Parts: sequence; structure tokens; C-alpha cells
Amino acid sequence: MWQSLVPIWTVILGLGIFIYVALDGFDLGVGMLHGLLPAADAETAMNSVGPFWDGNETWLILGGVGLLAAFPLAFAIIIPAVYFPIMIMLLALVFRGVAFEFRFKSPRVRRFWDLAFCGGSTVATFAQGLVLGSFIQGFKVQGRVFAGSSFDFATPFSFLTGVALVFGYALLGAGWLVMKTEGSLQAWSRRAGRICLLGVAVCIALVSVWTPLASGAIAHRWFAWPNIAFLAPLPLATLGVGFYAWRALGRDGDLQPFLASVALFALSFLGVAISLWPMIVPGRYTLWQAASPPSTQAFLLVGTLVLLPVVLFYTAWSYWVFRGKVRQGTGYHGA
Amino acid sequence: MLSRMQWVWVISWHILLPAFTVGLASYIAVLEGLAFFTKAPIWGRLSTFWTRIFAVSFGMGVVSGIVMPFQMGTNWSRFSDTTANVLAPLLAYEGLTAFFLEASFLGVLLFGRKLVPPWVHFFSGLMVAAGTLFSTFWILSVNSWMQTPAGFHVEHGRFFPDDWWAVIFNPSFPYRYVHNVTAFYITTGFVVLGVGAWLLRRGRSVEEAKLMMRMALNLLIVLVPVQMIVGDLHGTNTGQYQPAKLAAIEGRYGSQTPEPLTLFGIPDDKAGIMRDAVEIPALGSLILTHSLNRGIRGLNSFPKDQRPPVGPPFFAFRIMVGIAVLMLFVAVVGQLLRRGGRLYRSVWFLTLCQCTAPLGFVAVIAGWTTTEVGRQPWTVYGLLRTAKSVTPSLTGADVAISLTLYVLVYLIMYGAGLAFIAGIVRHGVAQADAEPTPTIEGGRSIPPFVAAAGK
Repeated sequence: MWQSLVPIWTVILGLGIFIYVALDGFDLGVGMLHGLLPAADAETAMNSVGPFWDGNETWLILGGVGLLAAFPLAFAIIIPAVYFPIMIMLLALVFRGVAFEFRFKSPRVRRFWDLAFCGGSTVATFAQGLVLGSFIQGFKVQGRVFAGSSFDFATPFSFLTGVALVFGYALLGAGWLVMKTEGSLQAWSRRAGRICLLGVAVCIALVSVWTPLASGAIAHRWFAWPNIAFLAPLPLATLGVGFYAWRALGRDGDLQPFLASVALFALSFLGVAISLWPMIVPGRYTLWQAASPPSTQAFLLVGTLVLLPVVLFYTAWSYWVFRGKVRQGTGYHGA
Repeated sequence: MLSRMQWVWVISWHILLPAFTVGLASYIAVLEGLAFFTKAPIWGRLSTFWTRIFAVSFGMGVVSGIVMPFQMGTNWSRFSDTTANVLAPLLAYEGLTAFFLEASFLGVLLFGRKLVPPWVHFFSGLMVAAGTLFSTFWILSVNSWMQTPAGFHVEHGRFFPDDWWAVIFNPSFPYRYVHNVTAFYITTGFVVLGVGAWLLRRGRSVEEAKLMMRMALNLLIVLVPVQMIVGDLHGTNTGQYQPAKLAAIEGRYGSQTPEPLTLFGIPDDKAGIMRDAVEIPALGSLILTHSLNRGIRGLNSFPKDQRPPVGPPFFAFRIMVGIAVLMLFVAVVGQLLRRGGRLYRSVWFLTLCQCTAPLGFVAVIAGWTTTEVGRQPWTVYGLLRTAKSVTPSLTGADVAISLTLYVLVYLIMYGAGLAFIAGIVRHGVAQADAEPTPTIEGGRSIPPFVAAAGK
């Protein structure tokens, strides 16, 4: 029981977090790009994520609560350690979330909520990057509690990952807009996507050099023989997908840029996972040590295995209902 | 201490939204059902009107809801570490069964009237309502477990689950669930009643306003008395499992038989007495134990470090009960006026309905205060102290900063939300179908995202 459930939960949790990153990534990305667009296009861009954002953010709750349920010790150490990034992220999400509802319907204060939408999206993304960076670096732990200060998160590395995520989500957002829009907005999104892709590439390269330099264990993981032979395809694939995304953004394909940027995220995600495995509190606790007892994991697993496919199914269904391109001015015709 | 203030702040604001959306979701589902089965357009118009208000409150509910689980990690990490084995799966089930259901189908309910067949739209309404009820189910199960823990054992100072059935259906859960859901329905009922009355007095959307009032009154005349009975059962249950809380609610420091009922007084925790008490002899025993010769344990018989403060639960409980009486009055008078055919013309009653619209929210907050402060000084009743639940790494300054920010953001958000909902109400129920026709091109439909923006 012990042995068999922990990997399953690791996969489920990893999958959950990845789905969150891919989904909320694009709508946060659209939020950031929103601030750079002329009014009419900004409107269309926002409309393209309107029916999805709250469902997307629900994955964040699931990620948090799933971590709490399957690996409570990790939750109890990690979350306090990133107290301020989490708080800033939550408040930023609050702002951008209500901006959807408020700005849609009240023209008088629209400018304020537009700012809240764009600013909130950017800040939330950056804060998530900070969390990621602090996580990779590891925390000061004593016994079962976090022993550092609430400002430990502020390091050059976590700021780098913050910037990386801003570019990354913006790339996803641009990919989404290429897929869901057309005309000048789509052309603009292609150009924006290329700029973001360059940013992402630089950041990935920096992180890939920095982490092995900073941590001997991570360097050993990647460069020791025979690991290097097994793991070499990953950075090569990342490079390949990067080039593909660049070309797709330049050509006519509508779907490819988004898919390529999602794939880019999947590969980076995998890279981080390989660096840290099998630690969930890096440098301190493994997945097995931080896991909740088998009865807890089993109890939740039964329901999850039934419900998660259902959730995925109707999430997919709601995307299907709202498929197709969003055009400028849609929604005003009949009103 | 500051962590508690922050928790109180975020949760009080958060609970207002479920208090409203749970009831409203069911109301919309009923309206959608009526629209679907009777094909009378008025139901659809009503549903569209309330769905728009629902969307705003739900959006605020989602974002303030995301804050909650992370609060447990940021400020209550020791609590998370000790109780997660038992409680976290319940929270995760809430996410799995409820949030996704609500969020996915809400999109369809809001933007999809023209995109999907009518029965699918009705079904979406049902699913959103079901989602809110599931959500309430799990979250109250967690809260009830903290009040009356069951089905677990303790190892190295951490809780381990033994029997999930006992954990979920812990002793106070059934009472708390019914009490809460009824409270949420009543809260919504009074909002609908108030909005109906307001529209009627302004002469806007008269037909719809009358219908709103009729439906709300029918619901309230049943639910308000039911709620009083459920509340009484819930109280008896509290007396059985959490005697210290009951003593605090009643403001009983000493024990005597038969117990008087304290109507009002100034509790003095230090001296352990109730000052300036106004009491009715023997009534306390009658209400609490349903007999004349049994009493309850007074607070002074509990060790000093196991007593909750008396003030908040004592006063909050009296506010809640006072509101219940007022609500009963409104419901009964409403029915009487209707019998006499004077309901829609009686200006004083319509004004009263407007004024009572927010009462449900006050009652919900008061009830919440009663039960939560009454549990102190424990987070898990009798087992885990609040002082031992907080995150050890936090300094007072950290929490002070975050609390200030939460206060600011919530004030802005709720202020804007309220103003915005008021705006929707002021527009009244749209006469023509408000939702724009989606442009269909090449067999693909385009979502009417900004349904209400153009007006």
C-alpha cells in the first residue's frame, strides 16, 4: 500500500499542477497581453477567456488541497515558507478575477478594472514564479516546520523564475489568441508570441545553467554517466520544440503555436521534476516521508479516480461548447 | 492572535457569498425548470436576471474561496500538519465534486442559452445548484469535525483516520448541515423578497416583482419555522457534545436547577458572573433540556484554560435569535396580507421587506460567530489548541502586513461588487430577451461573451 499509492498521487498531483499551469497560464497570459492591446482588440482578447477562467483557477484550489491531502507535511512546510508570494498571488488573482465581472458590465470604471486585470495577471504570474524559484532552491527546515523567515523567498534566482514565468504565460496567452482570434489581433499575437518565446528561451537557458551550478546533487543527476545519456533527449527536445514554436508563430497554422507552447511547458516541468525527484521538500523530505497515511491516500484515491475523468470530460465539454473563433464586437449584435 | 483576526476577516467575507449563492443557485435551477416545463417566458426572464447577479457573487466567491485553503497553509501550518490526514481529503472532495461542477456549468448557464438545447441549459442550472450543495456538504463536514471530532486516533500528536463514515458524519454534522442550508435558503429568500419589493415600489418590472415576492413568501413561511426547530435541535446537540460552548451561549457561569433563561446581561469573564442580567426563571431548563428538573453545566465548573470567552457567542446568539423572530413576523404578515389581497399595495410592508433583505446575512455571520468563538480555545474541540495551530515561522509584523492588505483588497472588492449588483437591480428585469443572438458562421457558433455589456 505504502509503496504503491505514493507514485500514483505524485502523478495525479503533477498532472493537476500541470493542467493548472497550462490552463490558467493561457488566461493569465491573455491578461498580461491585454494591457498592450488597443481597446477593441483587448475586448476581444478578454472575451476569449471569459467562460473559462473560473474553471481554470479551480485547478489551483485542487492543486493546493491535493498537496495538503496527499503530502500534508510538504504543504505545512512549503506554504508558510512562501507566505508573501502566496499572499500576493492570491490578492492579484482576486483583483483580476473580479475584474472580469465588473468591467464587462460597468463602462464608467472600466479603465480601473482593465488595469486591475492586466496588473493582477502580471503580479500573480510573477508571484507564482517566485514560489517556483523558492521551491527549487529549498527551505530552511527544523523538524516538521519551516524555520526560516517570511522574506526568504526574495533571492535572485526566484526573481529569475518569476520573470521566466511571466514570459512563459504570455507565450501561452499569445498562442491562445492565435488560436481563438483572427485578423490584426492574430497577427499581433504572432509577433508578441515570438518576443515571448525569445524571453522564455533565455530564461530556460539561464535556469538550466544556474541550477546545476548551485546544487551538486542536481548537477550529478543530469551530468553523471549514464544519466546524461538517458536525460540528454529532454533538453534536445526542448530545443526542438522551441524552434518549432518559432516557426509555427511565423506561419499560418492557428493551432500549432498554442500546442507547441504547452509542450514547451511540459518539457520544462519534466526537467524540474527530474532535478528534484524524489524530494518534495527539496533537500529535506522525500515524497514518501511527507505522504499522508495509506488510509487517507486510499480514501481520496477512490473518489479521485472516478471523479477526475468526469471533471476532465465536462471541462472539455465546456471548451467544446465555446469552440471556434471569437470576433471583434461579438456579443454586441443583439443587445 | 493576528492570524486569527486575518482568518476571521477572510472567512466572514467569504461566508457571505455562499450564504447567498447556495440559495440563489437552487432558486435559479427552479426558475430554469419552470421555464423549461411551462415554456412561459417570464420564468426565463427572471432566471436571466438572477443569473447575472449570481455570476457576480459567484466570481467573488471563487476568488475569495481560493484564498481559504492557502490561509490554512500560510497561517495555520501546524493545524494543517496535524489534521490533514483526516480533513484534507474532505476538502479535496469539495474541490472535485463541487467547484468544477459549478465553474464549468456556470459558463454554460451564463453564456450558453442560445448555444445549447433548452434541456441542457436547465441541466446546467441543476448542476450548478448541486455543486453548491455538495460544496456546503464537505466544508461543513470539516467544520463539524473540528467541533465534534470522531472516527480517528492520535499518534505522535497527529490525527489519523480510522473510520471515514464516522469522520464525515460526525455527531454535529447532520444538524449543522440542515441548519446552514436552511439559513442560506432563507437568506436568499429575503434578498429576493427585498428586491421584489423594491422593484414593485419603483413600478419597474411589476409582473416579475410580484412573482418574486410570491415565491419568496411561500418559501419563507415554511422554512423560517422549520429553521427554528432545527436550530433548537442543533442547540441540544451542542449541549451534549460541547457543554462549555452552550454555557457561553447562555451566559451561564454558575449552575442551578431549574436554569433561568438570561435574556440580556453584561458578561464578566474575569469575575465569572453575568452583570445586570435580565432573567426568566426556569425557562432556560425548559428550552435547553426540554424538562424542568435538569440544568446545564455552568462555565465556572470548567478549568479556566478551557473556557471560551462569553461575550461574542452570548451576544451573537441573541442577535441571531432576534432576527429569526423578526423574520417569522415578516413571513407571517406577508401571508396574511396576501390572503387579504393587500400585499402589493401595502407600502409599509414593502418598505419593511426592503429593510429586511440583508437580515439573513447578519444572522449567518452571528450564527457563525456563535459556533466558532464558542469553540475556543480549541481549533479541534478538546484536542488541539488554537495557540498550537498557527505557523511558527510567522512574526507579528508579517501577519500585520498581510492582514492590512487583505482588508484593503476585500473592502475594494466587496464595495465594487455591491455597487455593481445594485446597478443590475436598478435596471430591473429585462423585458426583451437580453442575451444577444450568437453569430453562427460556418456551422460554428460564437459565444456571446459580453451578454449584458451593451445595455
